[in-house]
Amino acid sequence: MRKGNAAAYFSSFRIRLMQNLQYRVAALAGLMTQFFWGFMLIMILEAFYRNSDASIPMSLPQLASYIWLQQAFLVFVALWFRDPEMFGMITSGNVAYELCRPTNLYYFWHVRLLAQRISGAALRCVPILLVATLLPDPYRLRPPADLAAFLLFLLTLFTGVLINVSISMFIYILTFVTLSPVGSLMIIGTVGEFCSGMILPIPLMPEWLRNIVMVLPFRLAGDLPFRIWSGHIGMQEALTGFLTQLLWLGALMFFGQLSMRKVLNKAVLQGG
Amino acid sequence: MNLYLRYVKMVFRCQMQYRVSFLLTMLAQMLIPFSVFAGMLLLFQRFHLLGSWQVDEVMLCFAVIHMAFALSECFARGFDMFAQVVSQGEFDRILVRPRGTVLQVLGARFEFSRMGRLCLSVVVMGIAVSRLSIAWNPLKVLSLVLMVSCGTLVFAGIFMLAATLCFWTLQGLEVVNIFTDGGREMAQYPLDIYKKEITRFFTFVIPFGMVNYLPLRYLLDRPGSMAWHALLPLCATLFLVPCVLLWRFGVRRYQSAGS
Amino acid sequence: MIRVENLSKTYHVPKRSTGVKAAFKALVKRETVAVEAIRDVSFHVAPGEMVGYIGPNGAGKSTTIKIMSGILVPDSGTCEILGRTPWKERMAHVKDIGVVFGQRSQLWWDVPVQDSFDLLRDIYRVPAESYRKTADRLTEILDLADLLTTPVRSLSLGQRMRCELAASLLHSPKLLFLDEPTIGLDAVSKLAVRQFIRELNREAGTTVILTTHDMNDIEALTNRILLIGKGHILYDGGLDHLREQYDTVRTVTVDYREGQIPPVLDGVEMSRLGEGRVRYRVDTAIVKVSGVVARLSAELELKDVTIDAQPVEELIVRLYREHRI
Repeated sequence: MRKGNAAAYFSSFRIRLMQNLQYRVAALAGLMTQFFWGFMLIMILEAFYRNSDASIPMSLPQLASYIWLQQAFLVFVALWFRDPEMFGMITSGNVAYELCRPTNLYYFWHVRLLAQRISGAALRCVPILLVATLLPDPYRLRPPADLAAFLLFLLTLFTGVLINVSISMFIYILTFVTLSPVGSLMIIGTVGEFCSGMILPIPLMPEWLRNIVMVLPFRLAGDLPFRIWSGHIGMQEALTGFLTQLLWLGALMFFGQLSMRKVLNKAVLQGG
Repeated sequence: MNLYLRYVKMVFRCQMQYRVSFLLTMLAQMLIPFSVFAGMLLLFQRFHLLGSWQVDEVMLCFAVIHMAFALSECFARGFDMFAQVVSQGEFDRILVRPRGTVLQVLGARFEFSRMGRLCLSVVVMGIAVSRLSIAWNPLKVLSLVLMVSCGTLVFAGIFMLAATLCFWTLQGLEVVNIFTDGGREMAQYPLDIYKKEITRFFTFVIPFGMVNYLPLRYLLDRPGSMAWHALLPLCATLFLVPCVLLWRFGVRRYQSAGS
Repeated sequence: MIRVENLSKTYHVPKRSTGVKAAFKALVKRETVAVEAIRDVSFHVAPGEMVGYIGPNGAGKSTTIKIMSGILVPDSGTCEILGRTPWKERMAHVKDIGVVFGQRSQLWWDVPVQDSFDLLRDIYRVPAESYRKTADRLTEILDLADLLTTPVRSLSLGQRMRCELAASLLHSPKLLFLDEPTIGLDAVSKLAVRQFIRELNREAGTTVILTTHDMNDIEALTNRILLIGKGHILYDGGLDHLREQYDTVRTVTVDYREGQIPPVLDGVEMSRLGEGRVRYRVDTAIVKVSGVVARLSAELELKDVTIDAQPVEELIVRLYREHRI
């Protein structure tokens, strides 16, 4: 990213943020929906835990924290969270206007998606976290294990969003080829949702599945920071996780830019 | 009814125009509930039992509610997408035609790709039924049919309520997801695993319990269930009465307030 | 046919205010602003009449149309169409009317036109026999034969409008509302649409209410216009009468032998258009056109004389200005 462009990216970021903050009622509605989901998931797991023997790799209170964090930062983790305007731009060919701007389109869109996710979470996370802390056991969200865990949580959470945005950039890039976002969005979204532990928390997965999921980048956005918070992952492992995040982020962004350039060249050749 | 079928045929032909995209969407639509189903199976693999429920029994529960949801999403899509119907001015067009608004809104949209979920739930139901040793009798068969069909109506009623809300505001409609998606996710497990208040709410206010949990107990000959529970799904359709009344009220409000 | 008396309608539009505080207040109680769409609108339309309903955007045209087609309920006033109150007997009422919204399609986008027609037949419960007759006639007049098997999405705008017209006439309505039927059409399609409406009115005796911004539609189709502005009916009467009353300006364009000097006339504005050609703007309230022509023929050797009336657009603009809308 060249320095002169930073201002452009920043103001694009700000406009997005302000736009999304406008929809307060929608945010309130989303809040209630997520509370409901969180409760439901914990209740279901609670029912399962009632028959459990001792061999469960994660305690119910830890799991409750894990789920509340998932709900609070849903917008950070969910891959199906999308920008219909951008899809419209690609499918209608209006992307040409974006190409006229003196900015790197990959970063420009990356920042735009990032802003959407941050503004989406900014409204939702605080009330969810607050209320969830006040709930009775076993539904309560527990505070992080210690300050170091909390700081590492923040760090990995932020890197996690970057990874997630980089992954979703591939959905947009793919749309240049398929011209219809529906299929790829749903398939990548669903696979990603499952592999990031949104449907079944990763600690509860059977060994073989966990081995697969741990190799994929999807868990780095949510599962990793949430488990750091709940103390399920130790300091040592957390730092390794952070390094893995950085490696993945670098790789995803590198290949993202590469394929973006390829796809754009093709689009221009076809006359858009 | 005849007209409704004509609508179905029409929209089906429209969607068949884009066959490849249709099949892909349908496949993707199958993947979403499949991931939920897989999550459920994996939980059972670890925990073996959910309360007093076996995996096969819960599978039947899952299949019924997802089948009802898929049918309703497919055929009552007009209400589900009502915000779009209103904003495109289609509702004005509906009002200048000499047929009931409910029928026409139902006919405005169908989403056949939602059949992906239906396919999955048919398969799951097949597996569940073949593995469970249910002592089938005519009443039980009837009950199963009623569970699915009346469940479809209950979901349709919720979609209708959401659509009615569109006459007042387009903001915050996401809350309705609690009752559609949330109701589905909740009722895919037997309701007795939840807190009592929630079980009651989803039995007496939004009657998922009557189309799923209670008749299911009868199907499985659980202790305390009675034969008349088999017909409870019919009771659940009473839910449609307030939905339709509210809808009418909403239409009148639309006619006096304009869009 | 149509009797509208003292129709009034006020909308309550939520007030949009900025700021966080106002937004939270809005969650509890929404403040609204009353916007008067129409007020004391009255008019009658006889069977078989064709009426042009004109006015600037936001004047209340579409509100009136919506009330007359049963979509909207007015606050006060009465409206009786074919002996029924539209919003009270919606179903019975809409069977007898056809509505074309120029900007929106009533046809199903992805299937051939014929399928849309067949579905409309079922919606309106048109008996098979009369449906066939009507459809055949419409197909012939509107020249639809080649279009019926084409999906709507691949029709041109002009072709689509012809199909829209046919679609809203399949149930042989006695009253047809046309809301900007020629919007966006090319010249040829516009002519075809106008021609069709004229024939429909003459042969089937269908009453037509037409809203449009294109004054050529009005000129070609109807003599009676209803002018609405700011919710009030400003003028109800013939186009001729409107002309007589307001259209007093004629332009006289004269070609004469080069080298001669055209005279300056009292009360007449003159502009030279080039060598041997001059134009006079005559206000007939002050000077008679015949007098001007007589003077000119006396003083110049005339090659050609043309007398033009104002285009209707200008007339309407003048009317708007006069009523300050």
